[in-house]
Amino acid sequence: MDLFEYQARDLFEAHNIPVLGGAVASTAAEAINAAATMGGKVVVKAQVKIGGRGKAGGVKLAENAEDAGVKAEAILGMDIKGHTVHKVMIAQAAPIAEEYYMAILLDRANRNFLVMASVAGGMEIEEVAHTQPEKLARVGIDPNVGISHAQAIEIVKAGQFPAEVVDQVADVLLKLWAAFVAEDATLMEINPLVKTEDGRIVALDGKVTLDDNAAFRHASHADLEDHASANPLEALAKEKHLNYVKLDGEVGIIGNGAGLVMSTLDVVAYAGEKYGVKPANFLDIGGGASAEVMANGLSIILGDPDVRSVFVNVFGGITACDAVANGIVQALEILGSAATKPIVVRLDGNNVLEGRRILNEAAHPLVQQLETMDGAAAKAAELAAK
Amino acid sequence: MAIFIDENTKVIVQGMTGSEGTKHTGRMIKSGTNIVGGVTPGKGGQVVEIEGKQLPVFNSVAEAVAATGANASVVFVPPKFAKAAVIDAIDAALPLCVVITEGIPVHDSAAFYAYAASKGTTRLIGPNCPGLISPGKANLGIIPADITGPGKIGLVSKSGTLTYQMMFELRDFGFSTAVGIGGDPIIGTTHIDALRAFQDDPETEAIVMIGEIGGDAEERAAAFIKEYVTKPVVGYVAGFTAPEGKTMGHAGAIVSGSSGTAQAKKEALEAAGVAVGKTPSETAALMRKLLA
Repeated sequence: MDLFEYQARDLFEAHNIPVLGGAVASTAAEAINAAATMGGKVVVKAQVKIGGRGKAGGVKLAENAEDAGVKAEAILGMDIKGHTVHKVMIAQAAPIAEEYYMAILLDRANRNFLVMASVAGGMEIEEVAHTQPEKLARVGIDPNVGISHAQAIEIVKAGQFPAEVVDQVADVLLKLWAAFVAEDATLMEINPLVKTEDGRIVALDGKVTLDDNAAFRHASHADLEDHASANPLEALAKEKHLNYVKLDGEVGIIGNGAGLVMSTLDVVAYAGEKYGVKPANFLDIGGGASAEVMANGLSIILGDPDVRSVFVNVFGGITACDAVANGIVQALEILGSAATKPIVVRLDGNNVLEGRRILNEAAHPLVQQLETMDGAAAKAAELAAK
Repeated sequence: MAIFIDENTKVIVQGMTGSEGTKHTGRMIKSGTNIVGGVTPGKGGQVVEIEGKQLPVFNSVAEAVAATGANASVVFVPPKFAKAAVIDAIDAALPLCVVITEGIPVHDSAAFYAYAASKGTTRLIGPNCPGLISPGKANLGIIPADITGPGKIGLVSKSGTLTYQMMFELRDFGFSTAVGIGGDPIIGTTHIDALRAFQDDPETEAIVMIGEIGGDAEERAAAFIKEYVTKPVVGYVAGFTAPEGKTMGHAGAIVSGSSGTAQAKKEALEAAGVAVGKTPSETAALMRKLLA
């Protein structure tokens, strides 16, 4: 789960990482209140989970509380690269002397964690890595060892921070590591980490990604979820514990196993070229495709107005094909007249003959079976074109 | 031969007394795997009957190894307790530990991976993987044993059901070993580890490698193939049409920016001399051509 900036700020603050005052607002009135409480000049920042908001006009300086309301009014509802702004952060303005960079992230390639620190902050770190690699310290961290104080100092020095801030920045790094571990994060980035004109080191903007797999040990993480921006079908799927991603095509897809479903999307996309149609979604019903799971999956897909046909692609492994077939039959019984779109089914693997027999016997008017994944994808694409 | 597991593999099941553990222990026994016991902390001393076999339960892997001579484990322990289970296996210097559990926090898998690497005595496979099968010899995990039999193709894949699909497509040839390495961001055994083992395995004549969008494991595997693998390899990468920035099920399967796309992976593999199919059936056809 990616956090909004204001959530990252709050999380940093909770872990004693120095931040400036900040509050979130969903309306101009809330923005005025927040700015009045803070006093003085404030920055009104669009809360979107995508970069480039500054260039898009999503960050504005406000002279006073009244002005913060005006600026919030202008920013709220704005569309930034397809993301609607539902909230703004009212942030204390501070005179900035220098901008630095600091991040800790999961490093898949080296199977550990990576610390990056650089005196050259405020811009894209890829650019720093490319144009001034000598200014970017990159150090792998053994998760069972962590970062010692001496190592933190070493990293900060390698990032070419000026001598007078080394101790302060190293202290932030140690706190960031503690937060990264405590919150089960996979990314914590501070960009920029600033030195204010009065010599304080402060995290001005942050990006945080938390590990969803660790939700069981962080009850509070559930509150960080963004319900306002979620696609309603995705939200419904999440409620039903289904792994669903809405896409922008016409062929609804249900399969078992993430890899097979991704592969199904590809095969349908190729078959769909001829008919001008594409996959409408990713939906992995996982290993245990019970009737209930199948019914939930089918009802979400049939509830998508963009869907014109459905392709159920199952390779029976642990779950036998007869169980899947029974699931489809019962799902259609549960859905009754709500099911209106043609459904192409391809079953293979464990107990396939019995599975196919069950579907043939049920002879549901919407359902047709094909024996191969390629053939079924072509049929589903053809049906979506009509 | 085969890779990582064969008829001499003696297996304990960590989490055998749980419902998933019991179910799959039965399946593994039925497919000819030599299961010698289970580990559930706190339930040591019990004996469980599964598929007509009396299986002793131990409190720790070390105890199980001392009593049974086990040299591999399969982990079906829930995410919350998986880290402790894997560390237990590493502490017992068990040569192979296959972690089936899905949903382990990545800080936990990073910790047990680093621990295994520092000890250097335990090969981890997974987590979040279907396990591996050397048909007719041993089956550690949840791969259906009846898709196909022994043969000369080696298969390594991130994805479970795509492994089954490919085994099915090439069922008339059979497999030396099929390994599902898992789709999590941190995994023990990589494509490269499996490719090296297949290259060194005299029974394996050709290799299928299945990848997925996200990360750069396939690109690194391509570089390794160029340098080390002389056996023919065919490849498949799922997710050609996946949109940028959306996680597709596996925590690892996400395209960010220009990196990790299926197209980039395909090009890297082709540059290493790997024939890459656009679909599973096309990939199987490429393998058929190679073996004809």
